[in-house]
This record gives sequence, C-alpha cells and structure tokens, in this order.
Amino acid sequence: MCQCCAEKKDIYLPQLATVADISQMNVTEKYLRLAMDDGQFDFLPGQFVEISVAGIGEAPITISSSPTLGDSFELVVRKIGRVSGAIHNLKRGDKVGIRGPLGKGVYPVEEAKGKNLVFICGGIGMVPQRSFINYVLDNRGDYGDVAILQGTKSYDLRLFTSEIDAWSKRGDVQMLETLDEGDPRWKGNVGVVTKLVAKIETDLKSAMILVCGPPIMYKFVLMALAEHDVPHGNIFLNLERKMKCGVGKCGHCQINHAYVCMSGPVFRYSDLASLPEAI
Amino acid sequence: MTVKKIAKSDFTSFVDALIRTEKTIGVQAKGDRFDFAPLESAKDLRLDYDVTLQPPKKYFLPPSEVLLTFEVGGPYQSQLDGQKFILLGVHPYDMVAINQMDELFQQDNCDVHYVTRRQNATIIACDVAKPSDHVFASSMGTAVVKKGYDILLTDIGDSFVAEAATPKGEQLLAKAKGVKADAQALKKREDVWARNKKSLNKHELKCDPAYLPKLLAKAYKHPVWEEKAKTCFSCGSCNQVCPTCYCFNVQDDVNWDLKTGQRVREWDGCLLDGFTKVAPAHEFRKARADRFRHRLYRKGAYVPQKIGGQIACVGCGRCVGACLPDIANPVSIYNRLIDDLGIG
Repeated sequence: MCQCCAEKKDIYLPQLATVADISQMNVTEKYLRLAMDDGQFDFLPGQFVEISVAGIGEAPITISSSPTLGDSFELVVRKIGRVSGAIHNLKRGDKVGIRGPLGKGVYPVEEAKGKNLVFICGGIGMVPQRSFINYVLDNRGDYGDVAILQGTKSYDLRLFTSEIDAWSKRGDVQMLETLDEGDPRWKGNVGVVTKLVAKIETDLKSAMILVCGPPIMYKFVLMALAEHDVPHGNIFLNLERKMKCGVGKCGHCQINHAYVCMSGPVFRYSDLASLPEAI
Repeated sequence: MTVKKIAKSDFTSFVDALIRTEKTIGVQAKGDRFDFAPLESAKDLRLDYDVTLQPPKKYFLPPSEVLLTFEVGGPYQSQLDGQKFILLGVHPYDMVAINQMDELFQQDNCDVHYVTRRQNATIIACDVAKPSDHVFASSMGTAVVKKGYDILLTDIGDSFVAEAATPKGEQLLAKAKGVKADAQALKKREDVWARNKKSLNKHELKCDPAYLPKLLAKAYKHPVWEEKAKTCFSCGSCNQVCPTCYCFNVQDDVNWDLKTGQRVREWDGCLLDGFTKVAPAHEFRKARADRFRHRLYRKGAYVPQKIGGQIACVGCGRCVGACLPDIANPVSIYNRLIDDLGIG
C-alpha cells in the first residue's frame, strides 16, 4: 500500500483559510489576503493555489505576494466566471478552502541571482509577476538591474498603482508603464507593452526576461525580444490554461504532453520548442 | 501460485458462492451486447462475451463520484468508497488498461479515491473466448496479460483453467472445487493464448506499437487530422468508451438546505468543445482537428511518456464501434501515417 493510502491523504482536500483582508482594486479586480487556519504555508514565486468557495467550486489562482510577506499570502482575482464571481462576494473573516501551493515550474529565483531582470507584464499579468518582483526587491542585493514593463488596456484598469509609484521612485528599478488607450488623466506612454522594449536600459541579451500577460501578448513580446537576439533559454513565460485538479490528473491544462499544473505555470521558452500548442 | 482446472458446473457453484459472500460484478448480456453489472446469479454471467459496451474502468473511476463533502464555512471531508467487490470477467486488454490507470493515478500525486477502490477490488480476469468485431489487441500486444489480476481464467472447453496471482486470489481460489491443472489443461491454455495473440486482430497495425511515439513525432502537421475531423461531431463517444481515457471535471453540488453539499468528479472528454475553454471566452484547443489529434497523441505519444513507453491504446476497438462518422479507428489513422511517412 502506498503512503498516501495508508494515511488517507487526499490531494483534492482543501484546507481552510480565512480572508484577512479584501478590497476592490478597480472595476474588475479584487484583492484578497489570506491566512491558513493551521498557519502553515510555504511557497515559491510562481506557484498557485486552488481556492474553493464552498458550494460554488474551485479555481486556480497564482499567488501575487512574495514569500517574504510573512504568514499570509495575497491573491488578485478578476470577476469573470462563477468561482471568481463568488470570490468577489467574500468578506473579511469568511472561510475559503485552499489547496497548494501547486506547480513545480516556478520563477528562477536562484538562477536569476546576480543577473539583470526584465519583467514584461500585460494587464493582470502583473499579478503573478508581482510575487517575484517583490521577492527580488526584498533581496535587492542578490540581483542586478531590474526593469519592469507594465502595459494596461485603459487608465481605470491599472493595478497596484501605489506600489508601481513606489517602485518608480526607488532609483534601483526602471519602471516603464503604458496604456493601450490614451486618457486625459494619463501623462505617460500610450501604446502596447512591446513598444517599451526599446526603452529598456539594461542589456537584453544577457538579461533574464520574465513574461506574463493575456494569451495574445506572448507572440508579440517574443517577436520584439527576437529583434534583440535574446537567447530563448533566458526567457520565462507564465502560461495559463483551463485547470481543474491542479495535480496532474484531470487533463484540462495539458499543452501537448506537458501539464501546466505540473511542469508550469512558469516555463523556460527554450523548453517550449517541443510544445507547439504553447504559444 | 495455484493453477486449478475447474469443471464448468463447479465454476457456476463457485460464482454463486462468491455472490453470496461479496458484491460481485460480472459480464452480462445487455440486449444483444454485453456489459459489466452487479451479478445476482451465476447463470447471468457470460464469459463467452466478445467485448463490453463500457470498460470496467467505471468501477475505479465512476462516471460521477463524490470526492468531498462540505458545510459552508466548515472543513471539507474526504469521502472514500469503502465497499469491497469482485470484478469478474475482465479481458486482457482491459486489464492492461487498468494496470496503466494504476500507474497514472498513483504517480506524482497519488489519488486516494481511485487507489482505495482499486484496493477494494478483487479482479478475476478471463481470456477472450470470442473476438469482437473491431478488436485489435493482437496488434497492440494486449491479447494476453500477465499481471494486475488476482485470478486469471481461461476457457478450455468443458472447464476453466484458473490461476491465482496474488494472496487474495489464492484465498478465493481455495474455495473453488477443482483439481490441480494437469499438463493437458495447461497445453490447452497455451493454445488459447497462441490463438488470441493472432486472432484478436480485426484491424492490423502495420508497425510494432512501440514505434508509434516515433511515428507521431513526425506526423503533427499531417493532413489526416483535418481530413478525419471534418466529419467529427465532437460528441466524445470515443472518450466515453475508452478504457484509458481518464480526464475529468470537478464541480460543487449544493443540497436543498443551501448549507451542505458535495464536490463531485465527473468524466470529461478532450474531444468535447469547451474542454480547454477559460472564462470569459478563450479556448486553447478550439479547432476540432486539434482536439482530434490530441486524443490520438495522448494514446500514442503523451501518456506513454508517463508510463515507461506503454502505448495507451489497448486495442479494445470500442471507439471504432462507437464513432458515428467512423473516423475514430486508431489503426486506420496510424496505418495511413505509416503509408505516407514510412517506418524508420
């Protein structure tokens, strides 16, 4: 008999967590800070959780906070389906179920040490990237130059505005932001996020590039990086798929032979050569 | 381990004794076809069947099962099915499929729901007595099986040869009236195996199944996927009858009190439109041809990577019979690729 059966350990069994904090970020995004009721929660930047709202269901969401935050962790959820809609109705003190942390493909926390880093984020792609960004900033001496590119559809959909302001003012981060649509309230760049690539001050060829955004964005970012001859081994893409079990069984998140929940969600671009369905 | 020769009349008494002591599921007639169902009497058992409508997978991974129960705001509780049962009449190709499922559900993250049911089961396999219309187990190397069962039965005419393969099987077989199988009986069993290795082959694969991953490695952009998928209804029948399909969906059901409920796992199928759809509208494998290709690649390339190269098509032929537009036959697809792309 295998160990899991001897202990009746159930990979589908969520543990309870309490909503420690919840607030509306913009029209579609909600911020949550969660604390596990049993206190235990260790994760790496890039890992995700399956969050359950009893009676509604379960959804995979990548952790947005850095492990350096402490005992609790943060999620940002867009209201878009049944489970995310129910998450938006939660209140402080409510209980949710959490499975995880899940995912073995995480940000290259160790490999990136001493290297220059470029984060390219499209829309809520900032949410998972923020976990590694804050990890790097909390261990600033371990990493080289840091450039953060954020492209957002419109002014009202901007996220983490005060955090982005703080990063802009640090002096050791090159923060570049753009909006797809211009707005009278916005004095910065207008256009898609790939337009910002040319403005990056660090040497792109030797940098590690971390990318997360909507499915359509990857192709264009990769084209922009190809113009700068960035080696594929230096590019990391955070991929999203439909996912149910999160533990390599249900088959929904499969990209050719790879399960996003097992091999991802963060993939090295050079490893995607055998996965034509990836991009 | 014990190998017995059991006269057919004694075997009937043995099965009736099994039914009295434990839940026993066996192959029975269903109209002019066959299916696994709980047995009430040994006379309903049909070990002369060709193929069952559904594979026995449903007893380990039911079409719908409760994984957890919950009360809003309270802890989730695992629900494990504790009922022991005997599964009687599993053909070798289906046994191979169960062996593959065993590996897949235990590897990486062990699925305690599947494994608990599997451990509760005593499997009495039986060699094929009559080939079905579409079987190609001989081509897939699954016409005979050597592991996974507790007892293996072989019909040698007036009696069965029954071989115990586990302590559980040994214990059960001790209850059957019979004699130690003699050389003549064993020879007859060898003859059945030799016959089945050749005759369960209504569709003949033109290569060793071990070559399929290499064949598929160069077939990703072949026109066959588009051609076949043109008439595909995306109905998922091929998924539904497949003994090695195990994709599933999970959803919550709430009870009338609106406080308690259960998390339910249900079969899903990669051919169904929406299998890869995320809210609000993006679908990663939207084209029918891409979904059609994915199923064949799972059987011949992707799943084999997870189970040491074993091909995840066992040649039962159920998909061939279930597919209305008649495009699902894996052999005709693989052979077409061999014709066009060659071997080697």
